[in-house]
Amino acid sequence: MSTFVYMTRCDGCGHCVDICPSDIMHIDPKIRRAVNIEPNFCWECYSCVKACPQNAIDARGYADFAPMGHKVRVLREEEKGTISWKITFRNGTEKNFVSPITTKPWGKHIHKVADAPVPDAAAHESQLLFNEPEYLKIGDNRDKKLINEDGLPVREKETFKQGVYY
Amino acid sequence: MANHKTVYEDCDILVVGGGMAGTGATFESRYWGRDMKIVCVEKANIDRSGAVAQGLYAINCYMGTRWNENQPEDHVRYARNDLMGMVREDLALDMARHVDSAVHMFEEWGLPLMKNKEGRYQREGKWQIMIHGESYKPIVAEAAKKSASKVYNRVMITHLLKDESNDNRCGGAVGFNMRTGDFHVFRAKATIICAGGASHIFKPRAVGEGMGRTWYAPWSNGSCYALPIALGAKMTQMENRIVLCRFKDGYGPVGAYFLHLKTYTQNTYGEEYESKWYDQTKEMVGEYIDHHPTPTCLRNHAFLEEVKAGRGPIHMVTMEAFQDPHLEVIGWENFLGMTVGQAVVWASQDIDPKYQNPELTTSEPYVMGSHATCSGAWVSGPSDLAPKEYYWGYNRMMTVDGLFGAGDTVGGTAHKFSSGSFTEGRLAAKAAVQYINDMETKPSVSEKQINNFKEEVYKPLENYTVGRNEITAGTVSPSYILPIQGLQRLQKIMDEYCGGIGTNYMTNGNLLKQGLKNLDILQEDLEHVGAEDLHQLMRAWELKHRALVSQCVTEHTLFREETRWPGYYYRGDHMKLDDDNWHCLTLSRRDPKTGKFTMEKAPLYHIVDEEQKKAG
Ligand SMILES: Cc1cc2nc3c(=O)[nH]c(=O)nc-3n(C[C@H](O)[C@H](O)[C@H](O)COP(=O)(O)OP(=O)(O)OC[C@H]3O[C@@H](n4cnc5c(N)ncnc54)[C@H](O)[C@@H]3O)c2cc1C
Ligand code: SF4
Ligand code: SF4
Repeated sequence: MSTFVYMTRCDGCGHCVDICPSDIMHIDPKIRRAVNIEPNFCWECYSCVKACPQNAIDARGYADFAPMGHKVRVLREEEKGTISWKITFRNGTEKNFVSPITTKPWGKHIHKVADAPVPDAAAHESQLLFNEPEYLKIGDNRDKKLINEDGLPVREKETFKQGVYY
Repeated sequence: MANHKTVYEDCDILVVGGGMAGTGATFESRYWGRDMKIVCVEKANIDRSGAVAQGLYAINCYMGTRWNENQPEDHVRYARNDLMGMVREDLALDMARHVDSAVHMFEEWGLPLMKNKEGRYQREGKWQIMIHGESYKPIVAEAAKKSASKVYNRVMITHLLKDESNDNRCGGAVGFNMRTGDFHVFRAKATIICAGGASHIFKPRAVGEGMGRTWYAPWSNGSCYALPIALGAKMTQMENRIVLCRFKDGYGPVGAYFLHLKTYTQNTYGEEYESKWYDQTKEMVGEYIDHHPTPTCLRNHAFLEEVKAGRGPIHMVTMEAFQDPHLEVIGWENFLGMTVGQAVVWASQDIDPKYQNPELTTSEPYVMGSHATCSGAWVSGPSDLAPKEYYWGYNRMMTVDGLFGAGDTVGGTAHKFSSGSFTEGRLAAKAAVQYINDMETKPSVSEKQINNFKEEVYKPLENYTVGRNEITAGTVSPSYILPIQGLQRLQKIMDEYCGGIGTNYMTNGNLLKQGLKNLDILQEDLEHVGAEDLHQLMRAWELKHRALVSQCVTEHTLFREETRWPGYYYRGDHMKLDDDNWHCLTLSRRDPKTGKFTMEKAPLYHIVDEEQKKAG
C-alpha cells in the first residue's frame, strides 16, 4: 500500500513529515495539509500512520498488485505500552491483534553511559565492551581454556588453519 | 550555491547513519570516549530510520551461552557454512562473542523479549529469539540520543573528507540538510560509517506505485559502500549479493514460518521438490550441498530450478499450522511487526493462510553485509583473533586511516542481523576512541576541498534550474535526467547485465563487461542529473551512491570466475563452484583519481575448526 491523507482529519501538524524515513510526507503549501509526494518510494512502514495524532493517514494497497476494499489500521499507545492492529479483508473478514511495545516506562531504564564509572587504561587495552564480561552471563557454560583473563571468549592463534588458496 | 549556508561542526567521532550499527556506535563511543565530542548524522529521523523502521519480530543473532545453547564458534561454523565457506572468521567470532551482552541490555532497556516456560528467551530457531519489536528502533535510538553530543536528523552525507597531508586518511564528511538546504561540514578525528545496505540496485519485481515494496527498505541506498569506495577504501565480496525467498508481492518474512510454525514448501502439484535437485546441485557445488543446514542460496537454487521446470508457483504450506490459533497469531503478528505490507497484500487478495497456502517468490538481489550475505568494506580484525593479513591496528578500521565501519558496511561478517550490527557498532566505537587517543596530529581539511564538494553537492539543483527554462513543461529535458529516470536506467543495466530477475540471475563475462561500459556512460550522465528541490536532491545523491556501488558489484562479479552461490547469481561461463582457484576472498579498490578499479584475491583463514562441533 501507499499512504494517503484524509482531507477532513489532517490539521497540518507535521508529525508525519518529521518521522517518515523516506522523506515523502510533505505539507502541501496550498492546502496546508500533509501529502504523500512519492507513493512509489513508500515502504508501507506505517511510521507516519502510527505518529499521526488525528488518525488522518491511511494506506491503500499498491495499485499494481493489491485489489481495493481492504484496511489495515493501527493504534500505538506509548503510555499503555501497546500496539493494536485491525485487519479487514476485501471480503469483510476481520482480524485483531494487540502486542506490547515495551516492558518498562518509556526510556527510563536505558543506560546513560556518561554516568557509568570511567573505565581504566587496562579496560581500554582489553577487548571488553561496556558492562562486559558481566552482561555476557557466560557463567560456567564455556570451556575455561577458551576464556581469557578478562572473561571473554577467545581462541588460541596457534589453532588457526591457514586456508590460503590462490 | 551562494544561498546555501555552510555549517561547521568539529568533533572527535562522527557516526554516519543512526540505524542499528550507528546507535550501537554512538552509545559505546560515549562510554570509552567520556569527554569526546560525539556526533551522529542521520539522513532520516533516528527514531524510525533504517531497515528497522517498522520494527522486528525476532532478534536473529543470539548465542544464548548463558543457557549453554550455543558457543560463539558454533555461529562462525553456521555463517561459514551458509556462505559456502566465505566469511571473515575473525570478525564473525568477534561479533558472536559480544552479541549476547547487547541483547541482555535490550531486555533491560524495555524491549519485550518473549520467554518460554523455563524463563529462557523463546527460540524461533537455533540462532533467533522472538520479540515484540515494534519499538526496537525507538528504544536503541533513545540509547544513542542519551550518549551523543549531538544528533543531526535529515542531513544526508554525500562525501567523505580526506586529510590534506595524507590522501589515505579520513578527515570527516560533508552533506546537506534536506529541510534547511544548509551545507554541513563535519571535521572529525575518526569517522564510523553505519549507513546501511542497498536496495534498488537491481530492478525490483514490483512496478509503478508498488516500486517501493522492496524487501530491504527503499531508503537503503548504499551510502555505506559508496562513501568509502569514493575515498579509496578496499571492499570485499561485493559480488555476494543476496536474493531472498519471501511471500509473493509483500516480501513478508519466512523465518518464523519455517522455524517456529514449521510450515514447509511444495510445488504447484503439492510435491516436495528440493531433493529432486540434489544431484544436479551436487554436480555444480560438490559437497557443499551436503552441509547442514542447507545453505540459503542452494535452497533458492532448487526453488528457481523447480519453477523453470514449469512446476511453479511454489507454495508455503500454512494450512496445517494455522489451525492452531496461537500459531496463527504468530503468523500474522510476524508481518505486523516488521513487514506490514504483507498483511495488506493478504487482506486485499483475500488470502487467509488458514484456508489457502500462499505463494512464495524470489526477490530481486540486494547488496548488504548483515544478512545471509557479506558484502562490504575490508576492515582490520581484533588483535587477539585476526591473522596478520587481516590486521592493521584498529578493530573495524578500513584500509583508510581513521575510517571505521559497522553493520551492513562491513564485509565478511554474515548473519549479524540487528543485534550483531549493533554489536559491531560498539566494537568499532571502542577502537575509534583508541585510535583518537593514540593520534599524534589531527587531520586537516582545506577550505578548497570543502568548497569543491559544496559546488558538487548542489549541482543537480543548478542543472534543473537551467534546463527547466528551456522546455515548456513535463519531465523530458534534453539537458538533464531526473533521479527516477537515472535510477530506472541503473536498475535495467544491473538487471540485464549483472544477473537480476530479468535473466533469472544469470550473467557472464561478456555481459558484465558490457554492463560496465553502460555504467560508465551512466556515470557521465549523472553529472547532468537534475533535482527540482531538496527532496529530489536527496534522491539524486542516493542515485549517485547506488551507481558507484553498482560499478563495484559488477567489477567483483566479473572478477570471481566461478558460480559460488547458485541461487544468488550464476556465471554462465563458469557454472561450477571452483575451490581450487576461488577458495578466497575478493578485494577491490577504486582509485579516487582515475575512477579505475583494481581487483585482488585475499586469503581465507579458517580459524574455527569443524571437529569441535557440539550438538545444539
Ligand atoms: C524486512 C526485514 C526484516 C528483517 N528481519 C530481521 C529480524 O527478524 N531479526 C534481525 O535481527 N534482523 C532482521 N533484519 C536485518 C536488520 O534489520 C539489519 O541487519 C540491520 O538493521 C542492519 O543494520 P545497519 O545499521 O547496518 O543498517 P540500518 O539499520 O539500515 O541503518 C542505516 C542507517 O543509515 C542511515 N543512512 C543511510 N545513508 C545515509 C547517508 N548518506 N547519510 C546519513 N545517514 C544515512 C539510514 O537512514 C539508516 O538510519 C531485517 C531486515 C529487513 C529489511
Ligand atoms: S508508510 Fe512509511 S514510507 Fe510510507 S509515507 Fe508513511 S512513513 Fe513514509
Ligand atoms: S501527522 Fe496527521 S495531522 Fe499531522 S500533518 Fe501528518 S497527516 Fe496531518
